[in-house]
Amino acid sequence: MSRRPGFVLEVDRSTPPTLVWRGEAFGLETLPEGSRVIYAPEPVQAIEDPYQAIRHALLHPVGDRDPLPALLRPGMQLTICFDDVSLPLPPMEAPDIRQMVIETVLDMAAEAGVDDVVLVAALALHRRMTEEELRHALGDRVYDAFAPHGLLTQHDAEDPDNLLFIGQTADGEEVEINKRAATSDLLVYVNINLVAMDGGHKSVATGLASYRSLRHHHNPHTMLHSKSFMDQPSSELHSSNWRMGRLIAESGVKVFQIETTLNNDTFPTAFQFLQRREWEWSLSDRAKYLGTSKALSKVPPRLARQVLHGMRSPHALTSVQAGEVEAVHALTLEHVWAQQGVGIEGQTDILTMGLPYICPYNVNSIMNPILVACLGLGYFFNMYRGKPLVREGGVVIMWHPTRPEFHPGHHPSYIDFYEQVLTETVDPARMHKEFEESFATDPWYVHLYRTGHAYHGVHPFYMWYWCAHALAHLGRVIVVGGDAKAVRRLGFSPASSLDDALEMATDVVGPSPTLTHLHNPPLFMADVR
Amino acid sequence: MAGARLRADRLASTVRAARFPLAAPTWPTSVERPDPERKVGLDYDHEWSRRYPVRLARAVVMDNLTRPAARLVAPATVRGLEHLGHVERPVIFAANHASHVDTPLLLTNLPVEFRHRTVVAAASDYFFDRTWKSILWSFALAAIPIERSKVNRRSADTAAELIEDGWNLVIFPEGGRSPDGWTQPFRGGAAYLARRTGRPVVPVYLHGTRHVLPKSAESAGRPPGGSGSESGRGGRLRRSPIAVLFGPPMRPDSDESAHRFSARVEAAVATLAREVHSDWWQARRAVSAVAPVPGAERAHRGPEASPWRRAWALDEPPERRGDKEWPA
Repeated sequence: MSRRPGFVLEVDRSTPPTLVWRGEAFGLETLPEGSRVIYAPEPVQAIEDPYQAIRHALLHPVGDRDPLPALLRPGMQLTICFDDVSLPLPPMEAPDIRQMVIETVLDMAAEAGVDDVVLVAALALHRRMTEEELRHALGDRVYDAFAPHGLLTQHDAEDPDNLLFIGQTADGEEVEINKRAATSDLLVYVNINLVAMDGGHKSVATGLASYRSLRHHHNPHTMLHSKSFMDQPSSELHSSNWRMGRLIAESGVKVFQIETTLNNDTFPTAFQFLQRREWEWSLSDRAKYLGTSKALSKVPPRLARQVLHGMRSPHALTSVQAGEVEAVHALTLEHVWAQQGVGIEGQTDILTMGLPYICPYNVNSIMNPILVACLGLGYFFNMYRGKPLVREGGVVIMWHPTRPEFHPGHHPSYIDFYEQVLTETVDPARMHKEFEESFATDPWYVHLYRTGHAYHGVHPFYMWYWCAHALAHLGRVIVVGGDAKAVRRLGFSPASSLDDALEMATDVVGPSPTLTHLHNPPLFMADVR
Repeated sequence: MAGARLRADRLASTVRAARFPLAAPTWPTSVERPDPERKVGLDYDHEWSRRYPVRLARAVVMDNLTRPAARLVAPATVRGLEHLGHVERPVIFAANHASHVDTPLLLTNLPVEFRHRTVVAAASDYFFDRTWKSILWSFALAAIPIERSKVNRRSADTAAELIEDGWNLVIFPEGGRSPDGWTQPFRGGAAYLARRTGRPVVPVYLHGTRHVLPKSAESAGRPPGGSGSESGRGGRLRRSPIAVLFGPPMRPDSDESAHRFSARVEAAVATLAREVHSDWWQARRAVSAVAPVPGAERAHRGPEASPWRRAWALDEPPERRGDKEWPA
C-alpha cells in the first residue's frame, strides 16, 4: 500500500476513542463530536542503501563546496562535530545515522592520509553524553578508535581555553564557538534533522557555542518573535543563528555540513499500534494496547520509564545532503516537510495534546514539570507554519502526570528553578531579567555541567523561554491528570478529566468551542491556512 | 445449574457490551473504507507450500492420514497405471470433476513418484477466498489458485512456471463440479498448458466420487427441498467405492490448436468413462460408433432428458445396460 499523507479526522459517533499519551502511560479518550484529530503522514520510504547514499552525498555536495575527498589532505586538521543525545527521539535502532555518516567521512579521511582528526559532540549547554550513549551514536568502531586517545570530545561551553571569540554580528550578537572546531582546516558537521528547527547555521552557531553567544538568541524576546521556531523564515531564533553562521563563515571557518532526515517510523514492532489510526487497530494491536497500557499504569513510574526509554525507534534515513550550509539546509527542509507536513484549515479554540514520556532533554532521564511545559508549549504548540493551530486567547489542554520529580544528576538547576524561580514568577521576561544571570554563572552548576552529566545552570530558563510564544498567545493552559500543586506552580490549571478541562476551557473561549487534537507522536508539522 | 446459566448469561452480556479496545473499533463515518488488501484469491502467495519442510509435512499427512482415510471411505479400483510407468514427468492430469473429494482421491491414488510432486489447480474464488482456506488447501493439497471464470494470464503463467519447474499439475478442465455427474464441456486450460510447456496430458476419469461427497442441491443449482432426500444428502460424506482410470498420455500435434486438442482430451476422458462399465476394447468400439473421429462428439455428456433419466442412465448397472450407448 502506498504511503498515506497526514489526515484530519472529524470525530463523529462512530469514531472510536483516541489514543492519548500521559507521560509514561497512555490511554484512550473520547473526544467531543465535531472535534478534529490530526494524524501524522505515514513514514516516507527509507533509502535502501544508506551508506551508498551518504557516500554519494559527500562526493556530490551542493552549494559552493568541493567534494569531501578534495577537501582532505595529509597534515590538515579535521574536526567532525555531531548532534548529541537529544536527537533523534526515541533513540534510533543501531546503527545510528551518525555512525553511518561519520564512518564514511573517516573512511575518506583515512584514504586521504589525514592524521589529525578530532570528534566533538555538539552539546551546547546540554548534558555530556555517557559512554553508552556515545557508543550507540557512533558505534564501537569509531568510539574505540578515538575515545581512548582523547580524540572523542564533548563540547564544553565553559572551557575558556577551548573557546574562540569570532566577533560580533551587525546586530551586536557575540559569536563564540569551540576553538578546535573554529581553527581546524575543515569542520564537518553531522546533523540529524528530526524537526524543521534543527540544522542549518543553528548546528554550529548553537551546538558549538558558549553561553556568551547563546544568550543572544535563547531569550524571551527572540522566542516571542519566533512564530514559529519550527518555521525558519518566520523564526527570529533562526535569523539570529543565520547571522552568526554567516559571520562564522566569513571569519574563515570552513564548514562542510552533512544533514540527514529520518522518516517518522517512531515505534518498534511491538509498539506499532501507537502510530496507527485507532479504527484500523487489529486484534493484535488491541491486545498489545491492553497489555502495555495496563502494565505501564500498574508499575512504578521508574520502571515504566526504564521500559520506555529502552525502546529503540526504527527511524530510517530518507535523505542525506552535504556541502555548503544554506544550500544543504534548503534541501533538508524540503524532505522534513515532505515527511511531516499536514495541511490544516483554520485555527481552533482548544488544542489538546497527550504528552509522551520523552522530549529532547530527558533522554534516559526524567521528564520534570519544566520539561512538561517545554514539550507541550515549546515543541508541540510550535509545530506549525503560517499561524498557530490554536487561536489567540485559546486554550491548550495537555495530558501528563506532571510529577514534581527531577533527575538530580541531569537537571540540578531545574530543581532550584522550580523551587526558587517559579515560586516567584512564571513570566519569561521577568525571570530573564532577575534570575537568569545568577543561574548561568553559578560555579556549582558550571562544575556539574563540566564534570558530570548535568545540563547547564541556565538550561531550565531556556526551556521556559521556549514556552514564551505560547504563554503570550494562550488564554489558559490546562493539564489533565497532573499533580495539582506542580501544575499550579507552572501557572497552569489542573483538571481531573477531559470533561472538567473542557468545562474550565469554556470559561475562556466561550460555549461550544472548536477542538483540535494532536495525535502525536509520530511528529508532524501543521501547515495552518 | 441455574447459577451456571446465570454466569454464562452475564458473560455473554459482558461480551456483547464490550467496547473498543475489547471489541473491534468502529469506523468513523467520515473516513472512507479502503479496499481490503488482497492477499487471498489470485494474490495469495502460495510459494511457501512448496518448500521442503512443508512438502515433508504434507507427505507425512497424506501418506498417514489422508490416504488411509480415503481407502476407508472410498475404496478405489485403479486402472491404467501402466500409462504412468514410462511417461516422462512432469505431466498434466486432466480429470472430470463431480465432487470436492475428487482432488484428494485422485492424489491419494497416484503412484508415489507423482503423489508428492503434484500441484492442484483450484478455483481462486472458492478455495482461496479466505486466508484460512488458502492456507489449508495450499498445505493439504499443494493447491494453487487459478481464475476459472475467464482467461487469466497470471494463472496460466503460474501454472506453466510450476510445470516447467518439474511439478505435475492436476487440473479439472470442466472448471467446476458437474451438477449431475455427466461431464461438462472442457475448457482449454489443460490443452493450452500442454502446448505452452510441451508436457503430455494424462486423461483421468473419476467414477463414483459424487456418491462419496455429492454436490449439494443448492450448489448444483437445484431448489432445496422436494422430497428432502437430495438436499439432505448434499455435503455429507458417505462410504462408496470409486474407480480411477488413467488414459495414455496425449500430446498435441504440431499444427493442432489448443481448442482441438482440448476436444481430444475430453473425448479421451469420455472413453475412460465408458471403460468403467466395460473394458478397453468395448469402450473404444462404443465411442467410435458415436463419432468416428476423436472430438467433442464423443464427450460424456449423457442423454438430453429429464434430470432423473440422466441420473438413471449414469448409474445404470452394466448388466442392464447391454450394448446401448449414450446418447441413445
